[in-house]
Amino acid sequence: MRLHLRSSHIIFCALLAVFVFSQPSLATDKDLKIGFVYVSPIGDGGWSYAHDIARQAMDKMPGISTSYVEAVPEGPDSERVMLQMARKKYDLIFATSFGYMDPMLKVANQFPNTIFMHCSGFKTAKNMGNYFGRIYQARYLTGMVAASMSTSKVIGYVAAFPIPEVIRGINAFTLGVQAVQPDASVRVVWTKTWYDPVKEKEAAKSLLDVGADVITQHQDSPGPQEAAQEKGVFSIGYNTDMAKFAPRAHLTAPVWNWLPYYEKIIAEVRAGSWTPRADWPGMAEGVVDIAPFGPMVPQEVQKNVLAKKAAIIAGSEKIFVGPIKDQNGTVRIAEGVVAPDSDLLSMNWLVQGVVGTTE
Amino acid sequence: MHGFLLRIAKRQEPSPLWRSALVLCGAVLVALAFSILLLALRGISPLEGCRVLVMGAFGSAWALQDCLLKAIPLFLCSLGVAIAFRLQIWNIGAEGQFALGAIGATWAALTFGAQPKFILLPMMILAACSAGGLWAMIPAIFRQWLGANEIIVTLMFNYIAILLLDFLVYGIWRDSSGFPMTPAFSKNAILGTIGTSGIHWGLVHCALLGLLCWLFFRSTRLGYEIKASGDNVQAARYAGMPYNFLVVLVMLLSGALAGWAGFLEVSASVHRLQPSIMVGYGFTAIVVAWLARLNPAGIALTSFLLAGLRAGVENLQLDLQIPAAFGAILEGLMLMTVLAGGFFLSYRIVVRRQT
Repeated sequence: MRLHLRSSHIIFCALLAVFVFSQPSLATDKDLKIGFVYVSPIGDGGWSYAHDIARQAMDKMPGISTSYVEAVPEGPDSERVMLQMARKKYDLIFATSFGYMDPMLKVANQFPNTIFMHCSGFKTAKNMGNYFGRIYQARYLTGMVAASMSTSKVIGYVAAFPIPEVIRGINAFTLGVQAVQPDASVRVVWTKTWYDPVKEKEAAKSLLDVGADVITQHQDSPGPQEAAQEKGVFSIGYNTDMAKFAPRAHLTAPVWNWLPYYEKIIAEVRAGSWTPRADWPGMAEGVVDIAPFGPMVPQEVQKNVLAKKAAIIAGSEKIFVGPIKDQNGTVRIAEGVVAPDSDLLSMNWLVQGVVGTTE
Repeated sequence: MHGFLLRIAKRQEPSPLWRSALVLCGAVLVALAFSILLLALRGISPLEGCRVLVMGAFGSAWALQDCLLKAIPLFLCSLGVAIAFRLQIWNIGAEGQFALGAIGATWAALTFGAQPKFILLPMMILAACSAGGLWAMIPAIFRQWLGANEIIVTLMFNYIAILLLDFLVYGIWRDSSGFPMTPAFSKNAILGTIGTSGIHWGLVHCALLGLLCWLFFRSTRLGYEIKASGDNVQAARYAGMPYNFLVVLVMLLSGALAGWAGFLEVSASVHRLQPSIMVGYGFTAIVVAWLARLNPAGIALTSFLLAGLRAGVENLQLDLQIPAAFGAILEGLMLMTVLAGGFFLSYRIVVRRQT
């Protein structure tokens, strides 16, 4: 009996030791230094700005200090910036663009006591987690709004890169469009840049020239919104409420609200309970939402969209439910099947009704 | 009425080294003075700003290592364009030649990935230099036999090369993850680091290539012919120098060096091909070559200093939260004052008292 107790005691201690020492950070009570790496300037009014709003709020929290480096090119330059942060004893580093994934992994391996968080990739390590949000839920809702406001039944989509994140957004948006106007088409133009306001605006203009009367976008700046306003047609923004950039054109926008998620990560790191994993919070967690409707959106449309939103939050409504066909008419998600997250995260085909390619 | 008359006179002989150094330092100081003024407008102490900038660039072993790494591709591209500039051939296409080098190296890495390191790496270098060199040769041939302006052609070839890179990584070389990049290279295709430092062997490549380049212009007949033809095409032709051949040769060498830089970027830094390797080294290389007056040692120093400026500006952002645009302004100011300073190397100002 005595012997038994002792061995269980030893096992318990061993487990405790394993648990304690496997935690990369022991930052329970000490102050946290948090660094952010942004791909575009925080003044972009879009993607980086959305992250920075959360960073500024975190900076005001007791015991937290934050800093950032903006407009960091993806690739070796970002590796240097992350190295600088890690050497300066930042406890927690967020890098918010896909191209930072491999550099971050390299730096994470060199600094096991720093916690690294990569946004929009798919790799994790002992001290590196990865996160993104289910913005496609909001895309679907904005697709419904766009279709309700379009008379030409052509909707333009200015998109950054043909990668799963963007393709998933286009597909969700198109499904939202088709829920209202089954025969409408969504025309995609790739800019191959995250942040180039001039190029984004030009791409939007090219879509307007082929008859699009609502413009939406997956970029880091409000360039496409401005193009829509100049032409006198409607637009759907992205990242943040872009109404102030194009008040007469702005219908709504899928928006990010990163603070609740970042607060959760900080709490975990402080409690020592943080574990490396892939997080994908959505509307239910408050990370994703749609911006307030513009005054031109009819009450009836608003009511329908908000009802759908409530159903998504409640979990009774999913976006990618079969049958869903690709551009060739092949069924990619079978009747009644809810596409698993793994399929969504590697999505590289466009749904029927999208005009454009994935190259 | 007494007054002073300022007259600008061309210097008869090239400026000595001490004067170049003096002008360079003066130019940097002027740029720093303007930058400090801008910092002060943001309410940042000038001394603190300078300290953070310099410490971030050169203030620690880490920082120096970062600068060396960043300087490597810049040095090779710049060494390349400088060779063409010696012959007064304006190769603006290092960016595209760099891309082609990266593509060539990637092709070798993906095709012969199972070969042992000592075979695979030389194959990658060969493929990179051939791709970059041949790409650069096309504008040379267009120039000599079709009369096409090499500035326009090399410039346009950059965009074609970058689009070709995009086409490959979005198409046939795309990784199974669905992202625009090739699969990661095999271990044998990766150029390692020197000992336990974070610096890869590309630094040694740079030193050797720089030395070779210097020797080429100093002690070989071809090197002499390039310099002579650059100074005076008519005289060189009259002396029977093979001008057409020289033009093609300098472009080949120029492109091969940029291609080598492309090889280092994919093999030593990124370990795969992806569009984000294109960050404008080929364009910055032109500025570096001119700042260094086409001298290999000067190119090495200038590449290092520019890399340091970049790292220092990032440090400014991180520690003092200065916007990225400020960094761009600072870099622009430096380049502008240094290039403007070049005026004092070719001209002098004579002050005469008027009576």
